[in-house]
Amino acid sequence: MSGDGALIASGVMHGFAGIKVLDGVDLGIPRGGILAILGPSGSGKTTLLHILGGLLTPDAGRIERPFERPAFVFQDPLLLPWRTARGNVAFGLAGQRLSRAERLSRVRSMLIKVGLGHDDAGLYPHQLSGGMKKRVALARALAVEPDFLLLDEAFSALDVGLSREMQQLVRLDAQERGVTVALVTHDLSEAVRLADRAVVLAGRPGRIVARLSIDRPARLRDDAFVDAEIRRITALDMIRDAFRPMLSG
Amino acid sequence: MPRISWRRLAGGGERRWAMLGLVIIVGLWEIGHRAYGDFVLPSPWATLLALGRLGAGGELGPAVLTTARDALSGFIVATLAGSLLGGLAGRSRPAKAMLQPLATILIGVPAIAWVVLSLLWFGGSGLAATFSVAVAVGPLVFVAAAQGTRTVDGGLRTMARAFRVPLGARIVDVYLPHVLSHLLPALGTALAMSWKVAVMAELLTGAGGIGDGLAAARAEVDTAKTMAWVVAVVALLLIVDRLIIEPVRRYFETWRRGLPGEAA
Repeated sequence: MSGDGALIASGVMHGFAGIKVLDGVDLGIPRGGILAILGPSGSGKTTLLHILGGLLTPDAGRIERPFERPAFVFQDPLLLPWRTARGNVAFGLAGQRLSRAERLSRVRSMLIKVGLGHDDAGLYPHQLSGGMKKRVALARALAVEPDFLLLDEAFSALDVGLSREMQQLVRLDAQERGVTVALVTHDLSEAVRLADRAVVLAGRPGRIVARLSIDRPARLRDDAFVDAEIRRITALDMIRDAFRPMLSG
Repeated sequence: MPRISWRRLAGGGERRWAMLGLVIIVGLWEIGHRAYGDFVLPSPWATLLALGRLGAGGELGPAVLTTARDALSGFIVATLAGSLLGGLAGRSRPAKAMLQPLATILIGVPAIAWVVLSLLWFGGSGLAATFSVAVAVGPLVFVAAAQGTRTVDGGLRTMARAFRVPLGARIVDVYLPHVLSHLLPALGTALAMSWKVAVMAELLTGAGGIGDGLAAARAEVDTAKTMAWVVAVVALLLIVDRLIIEPVRRYFETWRRGLPGEAA
């Protein structure tokens, strides 16, 4: 176990069916830090996130992961179709020793925090909109009270206002409990709003082509700061090359 | 509230159509009886009387119990073995490669062949019927269970692993509901087939049951009695289906309400 409880990945390499997806990735997140993994699609962001979270064992490399309760929000909501919103959030808690009452109250308060009321909580996934499903998935992850939170495009199916609200929720929750967060996104503004550091993956196989840090405390980042920061970042040559197809599109 | 009364009317209408269907069948039966006479096709009423006589004579009760025992014991063995092995085959490629051809062969063997073989193996004991049912019906359950287990959503499995959900909860919440959606329809078919095979086995073994009664009725060339036994076995099948399979299905499929193609 590392002394300061940081997540450290070194020399991570991985491939699927003989095709290399990630090559020589080194990164670290101090305890309580928020790292954004940026990059164009197909650069291995999700694979890297799954490796960091322990869902995939890399072909080579070392991961130090001193966490007890990881929680994921996946790109797809991955809700159990036969469980209500409430049941799906409770499912994330199945591995924890909680009394029934405790579990229920945690589920209820978390659903309210993501903006789903009592009536919505009793609905099955096929009765929920895409954005609502995403929020249930977020509630499921936060209800675990994770010490390591992994978000894969967690805010992408939400409209702008809601996505900001959910980002705020994650940020406050993470700050309050000192959660370490790794988030994958293709949205620069999301990274600039939430993260205190970012890596940019690009190429095939994916390599880290740039490392950024965003120093201003997250609560002081207003729209003007975010805009200025995005302009500063997109002006970097490395970033421009990595995102070229997306920026021109 | 006009909407609710509409729905009630529709429900009543559906039941009325079902009754109409039944009336048509009985009507055709009666017409057949009038055309061909008592010997070929006894009237519905004569059949009902014969059934009443069987009940009053103390033949019906024990026969129904024996047949129920034969069919259900075989069905239960088939369900347990079929779902266990099917679940295994759905999760492991070698197990599937080994068991699938076996199931295909077993499905290919005619049920009546199993009856004859089990007669030779087990003699006239009740075990012959149980064995015939289990071996004829088991492969159906196996195929459905294997298919269900194999097609469990990989994403949901990953999700359960990510949240470190214990194995018990994973089986109950991730595997079972999906497997059941494949298994329950198969179990309905398997149960219906269980009665048929059980009656067939009893007919040949003569160890009691509705099949034995059918054999006796045939020997006496009593068509009304034969028809009465047929009515008894169909009624038994319907009652068990409505009492066991249907409630189980409804319980496990509540979540499907409102899905496209499902009744609200």
